[in-house]
Amino acid sequence: MRAREGAVLLVGLFLVALPLFGTDFFVGSIMTRVLMLGLVASSLVFLSSQGGMVSLANWLVFGVAGFAVGNMVATSGRGLKLGWAPWPSMVVALVICTALAWVIGSLSAKTTEIYFLMLTLTFAVIGFFFFGQVTTFSGFGGMTGIDPPAFFDDHPIRLYYGALACSALAYLSFRAIERSPFGLALQGVRDEPIRMASLGFDVPRLRTFAFTFAGFFAGLAGVLNIWWNGQIDPTSIGIGPTLDLLIIAVIGGIMHLEGAWLGAFIFVGANVYLREIPGLGSIGGFVQERVLAQERFNTVIGLLLLLIMVASPDGASGVLARIHSAIRPNASAKRRAITIDPTGGYK
Amino acid sequence: MTLFGATGRPYGRFQGGITVSVVQDAQLHEGAFGERRNLRSVVGAVGPVRLTTIAIGLWIVALADRSWTTETSAGSAIAEPGEFLVTLLDGLTFAGLLFVVASGFTLIFGLMRTVNMAHGVIFLLSGYLAIEVQQAMVGQERNIEPEQVSLFDWIFPTLVGAAVAAAIGVVMQQLLLRWNQGEDLRQAIITMGVAVILADQMLAQFGGLATTMEWPGATVHFFEILGERYATSRLFMLAVALGAGALLWLWLNRTRMGIVIRAGVDDQDMVRALGINVNLVFAATFFVGSFLAGVGGAMGASFSGAAPGADGQWLLNSLIVVIMGGLGSVKGAAAGSLLYGTVVAFAPAYLPRDYTFYSVIVTFVLLAVVLVARPHGLFGKAS
Repeated sequence: MRAREGAVLLVGLFLVALPLFGTDFFVGSIMTRVLMLGLVASSLVFLSSQGGMVSLANWLVFGVAGFAVGNMVATSGRGLKLGWAPWPSMVVALVICTALAWVIGSLSAKTTEIYFLMLTLTFAVIGFFFFGQVTTFSGFGGMTGIDPPAFFDDHPIRLYYGALACSALAYLSFRAIERSPFGLALQGVRDEPIRMASLGFDVPRLRTFAFTFAGFFAGLAGVLNIWWNGQIDPTSIGIGPTLDLLIIAVIGGIMHLEGAWLGAFIFVGANVYLREIPGLGSIGGFVQERVLAQERFNTVIGLLLLLIMVASPDGASGVLARIHSAIRPNASAKRRAITIDPTGGYK
Repeated sequence: MTLFGATGRPYGRFQGGITVSVVQDAQLHEGAFGERRNLRSVVGAVGPVRLTTIAIGLWIVALADRSWTTETSAGSAIAEPGEFLVTLLDGLTFAGLLFVVASGFTLIFGLMRTVNMAHGVIFLLSGYLAIEVQQAMVGQERNIEPEQVSLFDWIFPTLVGAAVAAAIGVVMQQLLLRWNQGEDLRQAIITMGVAVILADQMLAQFGGLATTMEWPGATVHFFEILGERYATSRLFMLAVALGAGALLWLWLNRTRMGIVIRAGVDDQDMVRALGINVNLVFAATFFVGSFLAGVGGAMGASFSGAAPGADGQWLLNSLIVVIMGGLGSVKGAAAGSLLYGTVVAFAPAYLPRDYTFYSVIVTFVLLAVVLVARPHGLFGKAS
């Protein structure tokens, strides 16, 4: 599908040029956040689209990266207060995250589909209680005043480019994996785990490895986030934000890698700009108070999620793909010939 | 793509052809993806588990001591039998509440493969409603004394909360889940959307502060047991849980509907083929499952209060219980509740005092151990 690469390239160029004409608030606050959320979501979309694993533990890995950096860098407040330099801390945090992803991955790898979802959700919430209750590392109050490296300190545009570069790295890596022998084996595991096992593939190990790989990028996003945010508390890795990540991926389209960033854009955009949609102010009464008020953002996101699951389960990127195939039916016919599933979905 | 396609429980088996499906089923029952359970791997998993269990048992029975440097908050069972008994009762009574909530979750999952992510929200909503109804019945908004609450002032609000919970469950199932039966991931995300909306609306309606429901005055007493005081209301909670469990058992084992449900858990296609109205059975299952969450919600509101966040907490509790016990098995829910309830009670009491906040890690270890030894839970079957 050449249109896909073209569109991604165009959006990429647009994002590189964005600081030239975007406001500081839009670039440094909104788009940096979109890129970071998109980066974590892409690790989830990679797992679900390539490995058939819809994980809810990616957000935990993301949070652990933040807590790890916080514990190593901070010199006062809660936690270990090791007072290390930011760059070595980043490396150690990434190692911790990758190791954690390996542990969670190997514990969950034998389960599939909905069992996998439930198990990773359990791990995620246990992680929340861990950082809440274990005051050695944080406690419910969380950690504040975590400085980024001097290179990023007070340079929101540099951090934006950092997030953009990491996003590009993740996108290219995940796309490269799709075509590698490992990626093909993973797709085999997604569609026919039993057949793959009987062909001699070590199915749990393939799943674990994919999860570890995704965990690295979730951790990378977590480091960026703590540099951008300067603080982290257990509430930010609680069950709500954990589900938000899945919501982002579902809104964007959980079967398309690009959907991760698209979903993050819609999610953040709805959060910031919902009130400013013209015409909404005239709706009064209950709807105004209970649905459209700024603090009722979750209701809007929940409704959006329901709408997508009812109308178009493949999310916004699925809608884009369908528009594209409506314009150019030939391209889509070719694609369908490749991805058709002879088993009718039976696993 | 297969992710949101029909995962094919009801229909795929016929498409796959009988030969293929028999072979696949046989492989599935051999263990997850053909990994062989030889003697060494079983011993390797169980040996350390057994050793650790013995070590923990020894610690609790004889070694834990408040006078030592270790300083646990409860003394060992030999030195302080009263404290041991109280901890055990804490575990049992909490397990009762866990079972009521988790059995509803596992019932729905067992028959319909629907992971009801709204289970915790339904639990909390019922708790809030029961509190409101109780306040209206007593005629007082705060500072309700136990003496003002008659047994009826507790049972009626509980039933109202549970009835509304059951109604929400049925409406959700008929409106949002009926037409995509079999797409389990899609259903999980749909119920998640419902949970997000309901949780947000409850925050708007009931605010962020915790409110509690009062146990009936007749049950609020303390009694002496081996030198320790213990609250009768916790035993009342256990009694309610046992009652709910007994009714559930009777319904599943002694009524026609229960027999159909148990048959549906094992072979849904056959139940359909016998001409049974599966949709009605599904609705009834959602009704009972959500009703149980509702009863649990009122119990939880009396036990520890209703507040935002309790929904997630109880979704997690249900998940831990049913994952350990085995998804879809009511027996497993009972076993998982007992196991989890015991650990939740014993970990803070017998960990050295400086480390009691690590009790959450004990939960994690317990879950990991159960999953390594039995990937499908204590009473679960291979998916």
